[in-house]
Amino acid sequence: MLEVRAATVAFGAPRSKSLKLALNAVSLVLPAEPSITAIVGESGSGKTTMTRLMLGLLQPTQGTVFYDGLDLRQLDRQAFARYRREVQAVFQDPYSVYNPFYKVDRSLLLPLQRFGLVKNREEAYERIQKCLQAVGLLPGDTLGRYPHQLSGGQRQRIMIARALSLEARVIVADEPVSMVDASLRATILESLYRLKTEQQVSLLYVTHDLTTAYQIADRIVVMYNGQIVEEGEPESVIHAPQHAYTRALVAAVPPPDPSIDWGLDTQALPA
Amino acid sequence: MNDERGGEGFAAGPPQGEMRPLGGQRSTRSDERGGHILDVRDLHVEFPTALGPALAVDGVSFTLDKGMRLGLVGESGSGKSTTVLALMQLIKAPGRISGGQAILAGDDLLAMSAQQMRSVRFSRIALVPQGAMNSLNPVLTVRAQIDDLLDAHGQKPEPKERARHVAGLLQRVGLPENVADQYPHQLSGGMKQRVCIAIAIALSPQVIIADEPTSALDVIVQKQVMQTLIHAQREVGAAIILVGHDMGLMAQFAHVVGVMYAGRLVEIAPVQEIFANPRHPYTRMLISSLPSFATRKVFRGIPGVAPSIVNPPSGCAFHPRCPRAEQRCSREIPVDDVLAPGHHVRCHFARELPPVNAAGEALA
Amino acid sequence: MNKQSPGLLLRTGRLLGGEPLLTAGLTLLVLITLFALVGPLVINVEMAQIGAAVPRQRPGAEYLLGTDVQGRDILAALVLATPQTLKIGFFAGVMGLGLGTILGLLAGYFRGWTDTVIRTLADVVMTIPGIAVLVLVATNVRSMTVALMAVIVAGLAWMYPTRTIRAQTLSMRERPYVDIARLNGVGGVELVFTEIFPNLLPYIAASFVTAVSSAMLATIGLEALGLGPQNELTLGMMIFWAQYYGAILRNLWWWWVPPVAMMALIFIGLLMTSTGMDRLVNRRLRVEA
Repeated sequence: MLEVRAATVAFGAPRSKSLKLALNAVSLVLPAEPSITAIVGESGSGKTTMTRLMLGLLQPTQGTVFYDGLDLRQLDRQAFARYRREVQAVFQDPYSVYNPFYKVDRSLLLPLQRFGLVKNREEAYERIQKCLQAVGLLPGDTLGRYPHQLSGGQRQRIMIARALSLEARVIVADEPVSMVDASLRATILESLYRLKTEQQVSLLYVTHDLTTAYQIADRIVVMYNGQIVEEGEPESVIHAPQHAYTRALVAAVPPPDPSIDWGLDTQALPA
Repeated sequence: MNDERGGEGFAAGPPQGEMRPLGGQRSTRSDERGGHILDVRDLHVEFPTALGPALAVDGVSFTLDKGMRLGLVGESGSGKSTTVLALMQLIKAPGRISGGQAILAGDDLLAMSAQQMRSVRFSRIALVPQGAMNSLNPVLTVRAQIDDLLDAHGQKPEPKERARHVAGLLQRVGLPENVADQYPHQLSGGMKQRVCIAIAIALSPQVIIADEPTSALDVIVQKQVMQTLIHAQREVGAAIILVGHDMGLMAQFAHVVGVMYAGRLVEIAPVQEIFANPRHPYTRMLISSLPSFATRKVFRGIPGVAPSIVNPPSGCAFHPRCPRAEQRCSREIPVDDVLAPGHHVRCHFARELPPVNAAGEALA
Repeated sequence: MNKQSPGLLLRTGRLLGGEPLLTAGLTLLVLITLFALVGPLVINVEMAQIGAAVPRQRPGAEYLLGTDVQGRDILAALVLATPQTLKIGFFAGVMGLGLGTILGLLAGYFRGWTDTVIRTLADVVMTIPGIAVLVLVATNVRSMTVALMAVIVAGLAWMYPTRTIRAQTLSMRERPYVDIARLNGVGGVELVFTEIFPNLLPYIAASFVTAVSSAMLATIGLEALGLGPQNELTLGMMIFWAQYYGAILRNLWWWWVPPVAMMALIFIGLLMTSTGMDRLVNRRLRVEA
């Protein structure tokens, strides 16, 4: 459904020393059936650049991005509007995705009106309330407020509700829980997981946290330095990693069980 | 130079899942250390607000032994950072320390004058601050910044001795000597963090406070930095207080773990004990909400929202979210209950909770 | 889309209450504006005309601020001149800031050629000394009026706001909420004015005060040199006439002291307002963080 083919994204002047390849001839396919794909990588791996490519916020220097088989750059107005509606995003920072000048209602109302999904305000609010409830929020507690009056967890869930209300087919979530308190993370991850099982929405979950990726993904893609180094089912990627980087990544996650030796207390220092 | 990972290869540790017997782990045997090096008693820190004073830290007490690693864990607003900053009198006005004592080897840190505190900071109690990588002065070399600290405390004025000391510090944190003459922007995140650790141990303090030292770092570098921290601690024989929100890291790093909620220390116990037998509902739910490589598709979040310290819930601050809560919980603040040596809990029902299994689920 | 008025007013009212310097500055400016608006209704402005009163009178019972060598009642002249000066400063400030904001927003958001052109233009015009341009225009124009002065001063006041607003826009366009707006299908100029512009309002408000005061200063300076409107009374022209007729040498202090005092009050009011606003914004940032 959403495909990136041999994409390279380069920053900096060509043939110069400062040329940086954020993505290097990367290919990835999100299938049509609802699924959860996790992209795991650290800073500089290219995972965020990948999300921006898929969201159409960035053009590849080389390569193509396809939506339903059509090149994004060649979509006509109508098809592009459909793409915009069906591919939605949830970003990392729940604090800066809202324009502080407006109430949060606007984030929910505006896209509904622009995409012509509702005929009037009543219809819009009806739909919004249903979606808020679907992610476990009380409309009375969240609507009519300014962003700074809500918690990080609430703000993130409103963004998910927004994607739902637009009848999105794919949600691209870039580190959606890393800035949220630990106790709320599981709840938000559950909302995202249920999007697949209950709403038939696919999820592209981008994170540096291997354990949460393991929790919800049907497929894990490991990225390093602008390339995909490993890809597969969570069980095999985590418990039988093939690539040295994946192995290092798995070994670097502290197991929440003091009886397991993580190798922290070594005599020799890492060089 | 900047790619720490590229230069060293990947640090390969033992594959996860390899179990070792409990006895051989970091133990809290008292013959490893002397008596208490730090004794914090009933610490209170408040901030004035429009609705009255907000207690960011509400009666926190704990002890720290020499060579011990204490982990303070909690979410945003729990008061864990405020607690450790208070120990160094780094609370910015209008906040103020409104009560309690912090006895470091016989001297009360909270009762010291500004001048006394200045001589104590970094020489007896040091800090690796949150976002430490951004606390390095971008226009000074690493050497200049360490020199600054040594000069401020009148240490090692003789140039040759000074240079030797700086080289020694860098070696202790696993950095090559030439780092001393580099600027912060030339170093990677992990290297900058290690420079901050080097600065923290420069005067061989008795206590090192690390406030979320790895939160901005990638997970592979995180492990390296934590290894460096332990190594550095051993070199100077200091005790460490690690403040963080990652229980997984605490499980691997700390000897004793203290859990904070809404400014109160709700549970504190040796690490094996707190994971095997957590007695506060919040601790239990926190541990069971942790994702691990053991299970998939199970989500156990804690319902509700984090408490506001400006307008906290009455009685036990956790009662609005607690599955075990009763009438009593909204009226009475739970007092400190000692369940076993070193295991304190603040919950009315701590003794009555059923035991838990490895996944943190209650049995029976 | 945004019914902000009630919420915003309430919030503004509460905010103002907390910052005494801002309230004091605004009060002073309001009083001066009242003086300018109500004055002509209370005081007989006919007395400000040449030969209307007995010349060279000291301040006394009949002429509260005395009269000048041409027989103008100084108090009446002040009542006439103050609103003119305020008008020039205000309109020049608004025009300059307005133009600067629009250019800065466009340059900062769209980058590319738009940015290059606007930026180069601003940089080039910034280096031309305003006095030179004004002298040129003043000597070539048949009669300088208040309106023309305002336009010229505005034409030389837009560059700095353009640069600063452009800088602000450059950083704001990277905010995630701008990305979300793009994902909503909002683009181009509409995005600039619905997403970025509202968040620049506090900054623009603060810049407005600076813009107005520098516009006033520029006009007063030019008027004092004799390049101002000859047939209309402004505070700067009062000083020019006073100096032209040797008021200082002849010790006719009541001629130049009142306009200077009035100007001082205006600038103090503006300074208190801008400092107060600055403190207010910083305090709010500190509390919210």
